[in-house]
Order: sequence, then C-alpha cells, then structure tokens
Amino acid sequence: MKTTRRNFVGGVSTVAMLSASGVALAQKKYSDGATDKEIKIGNTNPYSGPASSYGVIGKCIEAYWKSVNDRGGINGRMVKFVTLDDGYSPPKTVELVRQLVEQEKVLAMFQTLGTPTNTAIHKYMNQKKVPQLFVATGASKWGKPKEFPWTMGFQPDYHTEAVIYAKHILANHKDAKIGVLMQNDDYGKDYWEGFKEGLGKDIGKVVKHVTYETTDPTVDSQIIQLKDSGANVFFNISIPKFAAQAIRKAADLGWKPVHYLNNVSSSVASTLKPAGLENSQGILTALYLMDPTDKQWNNNADMKTWSAWMDKWMPGANKSDGSYVYAYAVSYLMEQTLKKCGDDLTRENLMRQAANHQKLRVPLLLPGITINTSPTDFYPVQSVQLASFKGETWNLFGDIMSAEST
Amino acid sequence: MPAFPKKLLWVLLALAFLVPLLHPLFPDVVSGYRLFLVSTMIIAAIAVLGLNLLTGFNGQISLGHGAFYAVGAYTAAVLMDHLNMPYWATLPCAAVVCFIVGYLFGLPALKLEGHYLALATFALALAVPQILKYKWLEGMTGGVQGIVLNKPEVPFGLPLSEDQWLYYYCLIVMVVLYWAAANMLNSRSGRAMMAIRDQYMAADTMGIDTALYKTVTFGISAAYTGIAGALSASAIAFVAPDSFNIFLSIKFLIGLVVGGVGSLAGSVAGGIFYVLVDNSAQALSLFVRNDLGLPFDLSAYTVFGVLLIALMYLMPMGIVGGVYLAWRKLRGVRG
Amino acid sequence: MEQFIQQLASGLANGAIYACVALALVMIYVSTDHINFAQGEMAMFSTYISWQLMTWGLSFWVAFIAAVAFSFVLGVIIERAILRPLHNAPVLSIIVVFIGLLAICNSMAGAIWSYLIKEFPSPFPKSSFGIAGVIGPHQLGVVVVTLIVLGLLFVFFRYTPLGLAMRAAAQNPQMARLVGVRVDWMLALGWGLAASVGAVAGIMVAHIVYLDPNMMGGILLYAFASALVGGISNPGGAVLGGFIVGVLENMVAFAGNQIEKATGIYIIGNGEKLTVALIIVITVLTVKPAGLFGRVVVKRV
Repeated sequence: MKTTRRNFVGGVSTVAMLSASGVALAQKKYSDGATDKEIKIGNTNPYSGPASSYGVIGKCIEAYWKSVNDRGGINGRMVKFVTLDDGYSPPKTVELVRQLVEQEKVLAMFQTLGTPTNTAIHKYMNQKKVPQLFVATGASKWGKPKEFPWTMGFQPDYHTEAVIYAKHILANHKDAKIGVLMQNDDYGKDYWEGFKEGLGKDIGKVVKHVTYETTDPTVDSQIIQLKDSGANVFFNISIPKFAAQAIRKAADLGWKPVHYLNNVSSSVASTLKPAGLENSQGILTALYLMDPTDKQWNNNADMKTWSAWMDKWMPGANKSDGSYVYAYAVSYLMEQTLKKCGDDLTRENLMRQAANHQKLRVPLLLPGITINTSPTDFYPVQSVQLASFKGETWNLFGDIMSAEST
Repeated sequence: MPAFPKKLLWVLLALAFLVPLLHPLFPDVVSGYRLFLVSTMIIAAIAVLGLNLLTGFNGQISLGHGAFYAVGAYTAAVLMDHLNMPYWATLPCAAVVCFIVGYLFGLPALKLEGHYLALATFALALAVPQILKYKWLEGMTGGVQGIVLNKPEVPFGLPLSEDQWLYYYCLIVMVVLYWAAANMLNSRSGRAMMAIRDQYMAADTMGIDTALYKTVTFGISAAYTGIAGALSASAIAFVAPDSFNIFLSIKFLIGLVVGGVGSLAGSVAGGIFYVLVDNSAQALSLFVRNDLGLPFDLSAYTVFGVLLIALMYLMPMGIVGGVYLAWRKLRGVRG
Repeated sequence: MEQFIQQLASGLANGAIYACVALALVMIYVSTDHINFAQGEMAMFSTYISWQLMTWGLSFWVAFIAAVAFSFVLGVIIERAILRPLHNAPVLSIIVVFIGLLAICNSMAGAIWSYLIKEFPSPFPKSSFGIAGVIGPHQLGVVVVTLIVLGLLFVFFRYTPLGLAMRAAAQNPQMARLVGVRVDWMLALGWGLAASVGAVAGIMVAHIVYLDPNMMGGILLYAFASALVGGISNPGGAVLGGFIVGVLENMVAFAGNQIEKATGIYIIGNGEKLTVALIIVITVLTVKPAGLFGRVVVKRV
C-alpha cells in the first residue's frame, strides 16, 4: 500500500502544478459520461469466439472497478464500467463502440482488446474526440499523438520487443542461422517487422520463416520445416497453445536451437508447463510484468496484495493466468489517471493526464519499470528485461531495456 | 411460403423512409447510432436475401456465403483505396466480381449435393480469409492489416448527417434488390429455379437447363451477398481478414433459417434478427449478471445458443412462417 | 528425405486425430442422418469431464470410462430433450439447433473451466515404443485406439441385433417400425454412441493439441472433410479419409517448401496448405460424388 500512497501524493502534486499553470481545480468540469456521482467507462472484449481466452481481462477489470467503488470510488465518484462482447470481429466492435459512445455516452473507452478491432474504431474515436485509452494490443500504431491524439497504448509494443531480440541475437550469436515461426495475422506481422528492422543488414541470417493459422490443429509440420532448415536460433511468435506445441515438438525432434519466445506466451502455467518444464530450459524471453506462477515473486509485496485481491474479488478464478496480472496493472494505471483528473473530468483533461505520467510505479510491473508518458510519448510501458528459463522460474538478467518505436 | 401482403409492404417502406426525418423531434430515439444499427441490419438482410435465393429458392445449401461477402467488401475497398473510386460506383463492380466468382464456384458445385456442397462452401468460407493474406496479394489487400477507408460523404449538399445518408443509401439499395428479386422469382426463370428445388428430375426432363440455372443462381446469389459486403465496407470503413471468419457465414445461415427459408420478407426479418439477437443476448446476459445477481456467470454466448434453440422450438419454419401460422390461428383458419 | 519422412509421420499423427473425430461424425450420420456440427464441442466438453475427474484423483482409465459413459447419457438426453420435439423440422432448422448447442457447450466449458489451456496426460508409456523424432508414443497410441474403436463399431453394426436395428431405423424408419424396431429410441441410442465416440476422440486429441474450449474448432472441419472423402456413411472410409487429409495437408506444405528451395519463389506454404488440401478434397468429390469408399445411392424415380 505504501507505494500506492506515494504515487497518489505524487499525482496530487502534479495536479497542483498544473493548477498553478492555469487549470482551475476548484471548478468542476464534465464531458459526457462524468457527473458528480459517476464516471462511465466503456470497453469491448472477446467473451466468445476464437479469442475468448482474453475474455478474463474484461472480467478482471470489471472486478477491479467494483473494488474501487467499494473503497469509495474515485474522488467520490463511482465508476460504471460497461463491457460488451465483440467476439473479436471488427464490424461488431464498431457497432458496440458507437453504442457505448453515442447511446451510453461513456467518458472514454478503456482497454478495448485486439489489433484489428481497435484499428476499426481508431478513426472514429479520434473524429469523435473520445479517449481510446490503454488499448489491449501490442501493435506499434497506438502511440501517434500527432495523427491520433485520442488513442494511447499500454504494453511494450511487439515491434520494440522484437527489435530487442534481434539485437540480442546479433550481439550474442555470431553465426546465427535464424528460424522464425509466426502466427499469420497482424500480431505476428508486427513482431516480424520489428525483428527485420532489428536485424537490419543481417536479415540474411533468417534461413527460414514459417507461418501458422489459428485454425491449424498443430504446428508440428512447421517445426519440422524449421529443423530441416538447419536453423540454430529459433524466434517463436505464437500464442500459448501453439508455443507449447512448438517447444514440445522441437524437443521430440531433438532440435535444440537457442529459443527466443515472445512475451505473449511467457506464462509458466499456460505455456511452459504444458510444454514440459524439462523441454523449456534455457528459453529466452522479454518480460515487463511479474508472472503469478513464477515462484520468485511469492514473497513480493505487490504480488501478495494482488493475490489477496484476487481471492476477494475474483473468487474461483485461476490465478495462474497472467491475464489477471495484466488486467490489474492496467486498471491501476487507469485509476491513477482518473484520480489525477480531479474534478476536471473532461475528455481533454483525461488525455492530458494520461500523457502526463512521470516515473509512475504500477504494481506488478517488474522492479525498475515505471510508466512514463508525455504529450509526444504515448507509449506508457516501454521497458522490458530479458529473462531465461531455469528450473521452474524465469531468471531476469541484464539491464532494463527500452527501444522506442517510431 | 405465404406471400407478404403488398399493402403492408408499402406502409413499412414509407415508414422506413420517413423515420430518419423525425430526428429533430426525437433526437435520442432516432439517433445516429440507431440509424447505423438499422443500416447494419439492412446490409445483413441483403446478404441473407442472397443466400435465400440460392438455398431457399434453388435448394442449394451454402455454409460459405461469408466468402462472397468478403470478396464484395474487398472489391469495394480495393477500388476505393487504390483507384479512388467513389463508394457508390463500387457496388456494381462488387456485384460483377462476385457474380463471376459465384458462377465459377457454381460449376463444380453442380456435381455436389447436400452435405458435400455444405463442405465445399464451408471450405470456401475458410479459404477466403487465407487467400486475402496470400503473399502475392498483400500489396492489394493490405494483408493481415486490412484497409482503412473513409465513410461515404453526403452528396449534392443534402441536409443529412452521415448516418442518415448511409441509412438511405443502404435502404435504397435494398429496395432495388428486393424488387429485382421479387420480379425475377415471379418470372419464367424464377419458376424454373424453384422447380429445380422441388422436382429436380421433372424439371430436367421438361427441358429446363438445370446446370445453367443452378450456376447462374449461384452467381446471382453471390452478387447479392457481395453487394452487401461492399455496403458493409463503406459502413464500417474498414476491412480486414478477421472480419470475415467462419462465424460470419454461419450467422447468415442462422439469419436465413430464423427469418424464413424461401421467403423474401423472411430474409429481411432474418437480417434484422441477425443483428438483434446478438445485442439482446448481451443485454440479457448483463441483466442476469447485474440485476438478478446470479452467482453463475451466464455468458452472452450461452444465451445466444439458448435463444437459437428456443426459436427453432417455437418457430421451426422461421419468423415469417411462425407469424403466418399464428395469424392464421388468430383468424380461425384451419388447414 | 528426413524431412519427408517426418512430415509423413506427422501427417499420419494428425490424420489419426481427424479420423477419430470423423468416426464420431459418421456415427451420428449413420444412426440419425444428420451431420452434427456440435460434435466437436460435445467431445471437448466430455474431455473436460474426464480432466475434472482426474484432478479429483481418479486414474486415467477410470476417468476415461466414466467420461465415455457420461457422454453416452448426455447424448441420449440431448436427443430426447432437444431434438425429439423437432423431428419434423426442416434440416436447416436442425443445423441451427446444432449451432446453438455448439455455442452453449463452448461457452459453458469456458465459464466452468476457463479458457486457459490445460495439460492433458497421455495414457501411453513414454519411451517404450514409438520411433524417436518421427512419431511419438502417444501418436501411435491414438492410431491404435482409433482402429480399435473402428473395429468395435464394425462388429456392433454388422453382427449385433441392436446395431442392425439402429441401421434399419436410420435408413428406413417406417419399415423398421413395422418390423418392431423402436425407432425413436434407436435415434437416442445413436446420439449416445456418437457422443461416446466423440469423447474417446477428445480424450485422445487433448494431449496433442492441449485442452481448451476452442480446441475442436479447427479439427472439426478437417474431420468433416475426412468423413466426406471416405464416404460419409462408411466408418472405415472415414478413418482412411482422416489419414489422407492429414498427410495431404503436410505434403502440400512440404511440396511448397521444396519448390521454394529449388526456385527461390514462394508459391504455396503453410498459410495456404489448408486451402490447397481442401481444393484437392473437393476436386476428388466432384469426380467421385459419394466419396472414395461411399456407396452410390441410386435414386428411384
């Protein structure tokens, strides 16, 4: 709780500074969706369909706002969180977001999930001048304050992450022959573009690039192709189910490359354990959040708070799912942002405050990683730390790294 | 299937044209969002109408009309994006492209019946999103990222909002297509189409060129659905492979069956239902969770499934069939 | 060459999965004349039941038998409660009901067990058989189990009075009724059996693709194609169809690879393998409309 209070004080002092620079604090100002009693926030999530495993994020955020309201809300205002199921279908997202913005009149959209779905509403949100905050996708296009001043991302983008892997490969494996497995959609593509950029003129080191579709039952065939190419470094851009299959199949085939696994699948419980811990030794990834199934955090204060919170507000939920950690952290950031708005709950001020976080410590982010934004920097979390898998946990190593996307 | 009373049709149509003009009187009821919602219903109705021509009137099943919808949408999007074609000019292009694709697909489909045709069309629906991502087409289709478009602008300086114009645009297209379909079905060709459905062998023996009729029907059906796709590209202002997954095709089928197989009015009901059932399932699920406070989390998808089964229970012949039966019962007609 | 053998083996292993699910599809078709689109989701649900029993401490085979039995009962209940009242409804309406069932099974499984993927144990000994790197013990086990199920079904339908009665009920309900077969119960029994076969398939598949509510989504299509290639009413054909589709799919990717290696031009690859495999399947079907091993039904005019 200590950190929380410190942040809160920090937040208040920022507001104080702002008020000194001309923003009248005492005067209450509202856009649609905010009143003396209530703040209304909208959200879309895939509770059904092929991406329904992400649905828990929406559920957890909903529980988070309930707990906030239980504590007395934000500056005395209750948060009303309206979350709808878009089934990961862009046309449906457009329809639902219009419903939320025009009928429900929400103050802002928060954590809308998915790259194609967010792309579909990107223009609309910016034309309507409604904040599209901390979107739940790692694409690199959400941090362009010049063209899209109403949209902001949250997590380190895939592009940046892939650049970091590429640089690490170049620095550590002189004779790398790289094989890449990629999910054939925009999530995979974003990683792939970043990876190519990171390799630069050494792009020729990629000896094989294979893709899979989410409708494929297994990726066995793809792994055989990668092994056959003679690759000794493996960059694995896949979601947990397929990542686990890939790790297991590689072990079955006796293929032992240096294995870089994308952060998306870094969960011990949902990727590495199903793949077999013995098959997962030495895998490298980049982390920015704590993994709830990683024993090294068992005594961490943030983790304990989170765990107690989960028991109270999401009883029965599977705590090994990293999505809950993610949802909790991003909701905390939203809560702080709303708090900082004080009584000026206009959409303009919300964006101004979202773009005004300095070294904000958000619980469950890795130690040393903080939130930094500014009117020209719309990427809240930009840092990651490399880790290798040993025994049953991730071993963090090296410095905290950030490479800014452009 | 019963014919829809003509008088009622005219009244409904007049209402449909007048309602948006009530916006100044009831700004919250006739809001932009509602008109947009109705526009999506109209688009779905056109797509279901296309499917109905094939399945309902010609007896060929399709589990893959989402594919033609996607082709139509992409045709429109590519023309608008690469050639700066005005949005209204893309409709005939999408129709032609989809007609050709549908006609060509109809050729092998001649050999396939029932479950086999179901598989072939299902496969088509699965293949199209993958083809859109195909390496050599990426430059045109935008690959996995899709194409972001502009919304249709109001022409001739009409005093309408974007949503109102979109609504009228979709409505006019639907009325024209509905009228064309009704005329076609009422003609010699239409009767041939239905004869093939009901008595294939008799139709064949009587000298109807069954192969030609079946393939052309496939083409026309695809063109209808393709036009709906092109309209949706304008309405949503974004196309991406993810928008055209297999669930889209299944939803068209649901719309068809729930509306009424082999009934033009049923297609419209099906299109409306297609949008409505999703939203009401969500509303119901939210209601159960927040207002009834059940400990069990009833997801919208579960409600959706239950609604479907319940509807088939109550009206196995679809909404139009069900309403017709109820109406007859009310009037005391037996038979 | 090494790659060729590995791709072939992996294709056969995948084929066994498709074959297993295809068998369940054929089962329900033979006994009720419908293709059940919810078959995959029902199988997934049964697999979760066995998983749940195992986490409660039962051994694999006990949980296996319990889940198969549970599925049988569930199948019978679904037929009696949901499909029975609709027996006069058009085929398309039945399909919509299947889609409704699919939605319910999928979302219920997600609500009860979450969407997180789960490990599913393999009952087969780890290293005593199987050929390292080419085909694993579990994959071999799946092939064996599939063949055993096939054998049991064959014997059941061909040699037992109940099996014969079921076939009669599906093919000619009126005549069957006249000779004293209780047709409506035969349909329910068919549903039960199909659900059981589905449960076996799900339990075999889950170790390979991991257990999650969406695990059957992709597989069902392949199984559908397999069943049709083999001739929808022929269990043996469905199994063979499964292997054909599995191998075909990998061979498409393999061929694409070789072409790219030889000419440097990308023509087909993993992104297109499903499409190409399906095109081949459909082409075969247009030439042999009843499937490779199906009986040609001669229509009487």
